[in-house]
Amino acid sequence: MTMPADQTQIEVPFTLNGSEIVVRVEPSERLLDTLRYHLAMTGTKEGCGEGECGACTVNMNGLPVNSCLVPTYQARGAEIETIESVQHGSVHPLHSTGATQCGACTPGVVMSAMWLLKNRDKLDTHTVRELMAGNLCRCTGYDGIVNGVESALGLGSDE
Amino acid sequence: MCADQPPLRTEGLSKLTGAERFVDDLAIEGCLWGMTARSPLPRGKIREIRYGNGVDWSEFVVVDHNDIPGPNQIRLLELDQPVLASDQIRHIHEAVVLVAHPSREMCRRAVDQIEIIIDPEPGIFDFRVTPREDQIQHGTDNVLSDLGICKGDVEAALASADHVIEGVYETGAQEHVYIENQGMAAWVDGDVIVVQGSMQCPYYVLNSLTHALDRDESKIRVVQAPTGGGFGGKEDYPSNLAIHAALLAMKAKQPVKIIYDRSEDMAATTKRHPARVRHRTGVTSDGRLVAQDIEMVIDAGAYITLSPVVLSRGIIHAGGPYACDNVRISGRAMLTNSVPYGAFRGFGAPQSLFALERHLDVIARQLGIDPVEIRRRNLVRDGQSTATGQVINDGTDRIELLELAVAQSGYTQKQAAHTEFNASSQFMRRGIGLATFFHGGGFTGSGEDYLKSKLHVLGKPDGSIEILAASTEMGQGAQTIFISLASNRLGLEHSDVVVATPDTFRVPNSGPTVASRTAMVVGRLIERACDDLRKQCGLKDDARGESVRHAIRQWHVTHPGETLLGRAQYERPPHVQWDEKTYKGDAYGTFAWGTYVAEVEIDLRTYQCRVLDFHAVQEVGTVLNETLATGQIQGGVVQGIGWALLEECVMEQGAFKNCQLTNYIIPTAQDVPTIHVTFLENPYEHGGGGSKGIGELPMDGPAPAILNAIADALGIEPNRIPLTPERLMEHVLDDHAC
Repeated sequence: MTMPADQTQIEVPFTLNGSEIVVRVEPSERLLDTLRYHLAMTGTKEGCGEGECGACTVNMNGLPVNSCLVPTYQARGAEIETIESVQHGSVHPLHSTGATQCGACTPGVVMSAMWLLKNRDKLDTHTVRELMAGNLCRCTGYDGIVNGVESALGLGSDE
Repeated sequence: MCADQPPLRTEGLSKLTGAERFVDDLAIEGCLWGMTARSPLPRGKIREIRYGNGVDWSEFVVVDHNDIPGPNQIRLLELDQPVLASDQIRHIHEAVVLVAHPSREMCRRAVDQIEIIIDPEPGIFDFRVTPREDQIQHGTDNVLSDLGICKGDVEAALASADHVIEGVYETGAQEHVYIENQGMAAWVDGDVIVVQGSMQCPYYVLNSLTHALDRDESKIRVVQAPTGGGFGGKEDYPSNLAIHAALLAMKAKQPVKIIYDRSEDMAATTKRHPARVRHRTGVTSDGRLVAQDIEMVIDAGAYITLSPVVLSRGIIHAGGPYACDNVRISGRAMLTNSVPYGAFRGFGAPQSLFALERHLDVIARQLGIDPVEIRRRNLVRDGQSTATGQVINDGTDRIELLELAVAQSGYTQKQAAHTEFNASSQFMRRGIGLATFFHGGGFTGSGEDYLKSKLHVLGKPDGSIEILAASTEMGQGAQTIFISLASNRLGLEHSDVVVATPDTFRVPNSGPTVASRTAMVVGRLIERACDDLRKQCGLKDDARGESVRHAIRQWHVTHPGETLLGRAQYERPPHVQWDEKTYKGDAYGTFAWGTYVAEVEIDLRTYQCRVLDFHAVQEVGTVLNETLATGQIQGGVVQGIGWALLEECVMEQGAFKNCQLTNYIIPTAQDVPTIHVTFLENPYEHGGGGSKGIGELPMDGPAPAILNAIADALGIEPNRIPLTPERLMEHVLDDHAC
């Protein structure tokens, strides 16, 4: 999709999946749209546009955020990781437990799961179900997701 | 992987890595954004449309009803719904004007500049009341559909029953919340209009486009894009969106994409029909059903859409999986000035089964019989018949299924434990409840005869095959199941089989992807088309594996440049006899059966209800892929938990006021327990791989099981869902006040 060229556009440098880039965007543009429509990285999906569903989750400086709520200018100097950075081999546990059905929430689910894998200490105080509650899924009923995350963490099943 | 092991979801890796391209992800050269200006009022006459001067209109493509080449009608069951309102407005958010522009933001500004001036007329928003004269908009009474079932002599049986027990039950609207919003792209390719987007039923979309655009189907091509959830919400509405996108693309002479945002999707597209069901039931003192008198009324909203068939499935399931000799069921679908209601997983059956299963517990408690025992006494046994007189003879032991659910859930032990817990806890109360139910697979009655679904299996020169069907993958696993069925039938590797993208220029009409029919009905067509392919290659019926691959390659050597197609078309199983005039006979080729048990805990300080444990036991024919089937059940159960406890559509003047995920609450991982799933398998010989329908069944049981558990915990008889904490509090306080 084309963006109207405008005098008000600003330059925002940030690191995307390990590469340093600079984008020129409207001051009000959302990080989600910059990724999807500017950079053609459509792996990150829009579900609700108001930070409720988590489908657009990306990791920003190591923390999962809803990219629909992040103005792109706030990414200045940040390290952004999107679903495109995820290695195919690392999603196998989620594949075998049926963690994806329609696939629309899935990239966000995977990004939250990747964060959890790097932050296992959160499991000292929270359950997997609590830590994955920021990602709405309408297909699986969550067992496939919870079992897949637990399997990736090397934990037993949810039973 | 060998053919005997079920494969992992074929498109799973693509989804898990974000590589799957939904319609909003497709890069289309020179594509404009499209957006919709909608009616601000629920009923009235359009007096004027003003285009404000806040934007430069010369930059925009603008479409209204005058731009429609054919009739201004969306062809579905009827023709009552316009593509774009021209004069009469029947509901809020009705589409009136479309705009397109290279910038989505500019489209938003333009829509804000369009003022639709309406002379208001009185609307009707309560489907339960008799409309006033000035609210009549259909026939003499706003009744869009009126159906009935009659078996035996209900009045005589009620008069002689030991007890007659009455109840009224209500269910609210429910929003689908597929995570991918509705979206459609359209462009002109020579003399062909191409439409690609999120949809369940490509041929429904084609059928609506040929009518409204007045074009032959050879000049319209409909292609399904990967679809991020449907649940019925992408059964009929994509037709509206496809016509809108096509009209803009034709006028713009450029590609156009319309992608709804969440709020527009929730406000303007269909939802589950609200319903009210009355029961008047004659029983013997030992709890046997002798008469069921049932009335079901549903809110259809402003246009007919699919309401008559939703009502039909609703009333056929209203009597439940019980043997009762005297049954009278009447159903009405009422026009209101609400946004039209439409298909949603279960299609009327969850509403009527909620009422029945809740009512059965009310009866049990009044008679002093345990809820399990009353079901044991009434469940239909082989040789007995349902409300339509359909004799059940499938060899499934429904009592065994009930007993298994009772045993697995620890029902009896938990009852005892709850008595102790409730006596010792100041604020917490626990209870357990169950529901027994059934769901007919495939279209109701003669529906599959009318569809006459077709399917082809293409044999390719390299010996591999391709399945050509219009059935869509929307997350339920159709593609994976199709590959399994074909590879099993022909002894091929999974990698020898691909499924074609549903594209009306390439695939025959295998029917809509609805009604739990895909594995069962279309899956059977795959097996028969595989058999036909084998026959055309001169092979015997038992030829498998390399001999099949070899024969396909050889066929191409002897028929250079020709197309090798195995073909199949639906044939009614000989045992199915249905009379659609009297609503008697075999409403479905077969039923899937379930018993679900829910354990709940209520906090009397907040009135929050948590589901602590859930057991779903069902017989669904042969389970074709355990991971996928389990996922279907778990996902359906959690939608049912949401419908029962959380998901409230707040409706005002026919408008959905909480149309955003901030305040329309669906369950998160934290809100639900593990859903324990158990399958009994009894192969259905006319279903693909022995399968019965599975997709909708799990929507039927959770709500009544949960409310029955709440009734057990608190000693109240709640009759309405969603039973939100606010409503539960009112119920408990009202009960104590009496």
